[in-house]
Amino acid sequence: MAEIILDGVRKSYGKVEVIKGVDWKINDGEFVVIVGPSGCGKSTLLRMIAGLEAITQGEISIGDTVVNELEPSERNIAMVFQNYALYPHMSVYQNMAYGLKIKKIPKDEIDKRVQRAAEILELEEYLDRPPRQLSGGQRQRVAMGRAIVRQPAVFLFDEPLSNLDAKLRVQMRLEIKKLQEDLGITSVYVTHDQVEAMTLGHRLAVLNGGVVEQLGTPIEVYEKPATVFVAGFIGSPSMNLLDAELDDKGGAVTLAGGAKISLPEPLGAQGGRSVTFGVRPEHLKDIGGDANSLRLSLNVRVIEQLGADTLVHGTLGENGTELVARLEGIRAMAPGDVLDLNMAAKSIHLFDSKTGRRLG
Amino acid sequence: MIEHRPIITVLAHLTLILGIAIVAFPIWVTFVAASHDAVRMTQVPLPMWPGDQFFVNLNKAMFEGIAGAGGIPVGMMMLNSLVVALMIATGKIVISLLSAFAIVYFKFPFRMGFFWMIFLTLMLPVEVRILPTFEVVANLGMLNSFWGLSIPLIASATATFMFRQVFLTVPDEMLEAARVDGAGPMRFFWDILLPLSRTNIAALFVILFIYGWNQYLWPLLITTDASMFTVVMGIKQMLESAEQTTEWHLIMMTTLLAMLPPVVVVLTMQRMFVKGLTETDK
Ligand SMILES: Nc1ncnc2c1ncn2[C@@H]1O[C@H](COP(=O)(O)OP(=O)(O)OP(=O)(O)O)[C@@H](O)[C@H]1O
Ligand SMILES: [Mg+2]
Repeated sequence: MAEIILDGVRKSYGKVEVIKGVDWKINDGEFVVIVGPSGCGKSTLLRMIAGLEAITQGEISIGDTVVNELEPSERNIAMVFQNYALYPHMSVYQNMAYGLKIKKIPKDEIDKRVQRAAEILELEEYLDRPPRQLSGGQRQRVAMGRAIVRQPAVFLFDEPLSNLDAKLRVQMRLEIKKLQEDLGITSVYVTHDQVEAMTLGHRLAVLNGGVVEQLGTPIEVYEKPATVFVAGFIGSPSMNLLDAELDDKGGAVTLAGGAKISLPEPLGAQGGRSVTFGVRPEHLKDIGGDANSLRLSLNVRVIEQLGADTLVHGTLGENGTELVARLEGIRAMAPGDVLDLNMAAKSIHLFDSKTGRRLG
Repeated sequence: MIEHRPIITVLAHLTLILGIAIVAFPIWVTFVAASHDAVRMTQVPLPMWPGDQFFVNLNKAMFEGIAGAGGIPVGMMMLNSLVVALMIATGKIVISLLSAFAIVYFKFPFRMGFFWMIFLTLMLPVEVRILPTFEVVANLGMLNSFWGLSIPLIASATATFMFRQVFLTVPDEMLEAARVDGAGPMRFFWDILLPLSRTNIAALFVILFIYGWNQYLWPLLITTDASMFTVVMGIKQMLESAEQTTEWHLIMMTTLLAMLPPVVVVLTMQRMFVKGLTETDK
């Protein structure tokens, strides 16, 4: 059991800075998910915590110990790799026991721990098999077993489910969540899967270009994205982001197409600047709405029927900005139609165009 | 083959049989010659079918040798050859494994420099550097010793490259997983890399054993003491130094014996050998 503290952590490869100063406190027993686009430094950050990558600047502590100079095996961590990294010439049992054997833990204790882990992960019948005779999901479980038997203070996962097919991924996702809850071990999980990002962790860190753009509960990140990047990255389909002007009093925005929307709560002092106006496709409705809702009209271009939902792509005005709406159920409409959309005032987001920061 | 026309099957078999006959005929001649006595071997036409002297010749060659060629028992030469071939094969494998390990997994100054130096030795087989090497071995007092026979042949660029290739196919995560498990470098080498290279080691062993066994020029040069002769150079010695008539029946018997160990090695390690050359199960 341990908390992880990152203090001004930076990483450079030669002249290129990949992690540009991360400050974090991950609480004991917490499950934190790191999400971000490819190449943003997720793996690098995780591997620095693991001790597989040297820290250029700053300090990482696990528990009460500064671990900067410690070998991975001395940090009391366990890591699950994307491609499992099982030892192909060892049986499942030996794979799990290898680290314990090196630590010179007595044989019967090793046996107890491996049997216990096999039981939790339902691997009992496969203990004697080599990894090559297992399915992807089973291999993944062995990799988790190898992590569990170490009884570490911290679990680190680097996209552990990305090699599995969709169905298995759902199943393993639930298993990992349950396992983490049962064991209560502090965990850091890297992914670029939206669903994993939203559902797995207590907190979500959105990383972009080596900077943490936002750290908060998944719902916070979804409801109040701190930056334009986070707004566009979290959620599928992505949030509609439109250029707009905020008037001097901060009471209304004018979209590029000309549509004017007055804000429920004027932003006052922040008025008079270019802004990015954001609204999620799922928050646009074509029915209901009351006197307080904001209205837009959409020239329909493309319709995608997903079964449960319908995605409507269109433009504001004749040739205005593009916009997507996600409407419930199956809708009868055709390209060329004009659709009146409304949205609740509280579902809109405004960001400063220059800094990308959230306003209000 | 997908086709099953009988004529093709027959043709295929005929070709194969012909091929085998061409390869096997000299061996048959050797075997026949080794089973007759000295007198019969001087008469024309030479025999085509085995005689009854096989075990007599075997006994004589193994334990007495050819009097005219110094009377060194072939058994002893075979033993020398065996020791040398084993030393060369094992030595080459151990050195190459370690140097490939160093080059792939360690960062040290002039790493690429060392890599290219090893590469350059490809251009320097024993035959090319034979005089300086002889001098070094002589100065070290290793003439007429197993060390002198094997050490100059042990460094091997080819094997180093092969193991480097094998190690490069091992994913980085495997090393990282081992580091998280607490395995140090030598532990990783011993517990992970060695078992993963098992089939390649076996394949290489076969090739190198035969290479060592077949050495001729080098042993010829540095052994003057008859008790250190190897069997391949021994055969040549028998041909040259025969004072009276050449004792073909014993020479052929020796040849037959000299062919045996490589055959045994290939046959016993055949499965591993093929696996090592073809399999990519990493
Ligand atoms: N050994 C290295 N030398 C130089 N640059 C590196 C090295 N390793 C990673 N990088 C760079 O660091 C950046 C971050 O890499 P990292 O692997 O952390 O990305 P990631 O967020 O995990 O991406 P992905 O989602 O594709 O796995 C990348 O731009 C990459 O090119
Ligand atoms: Mg990565």
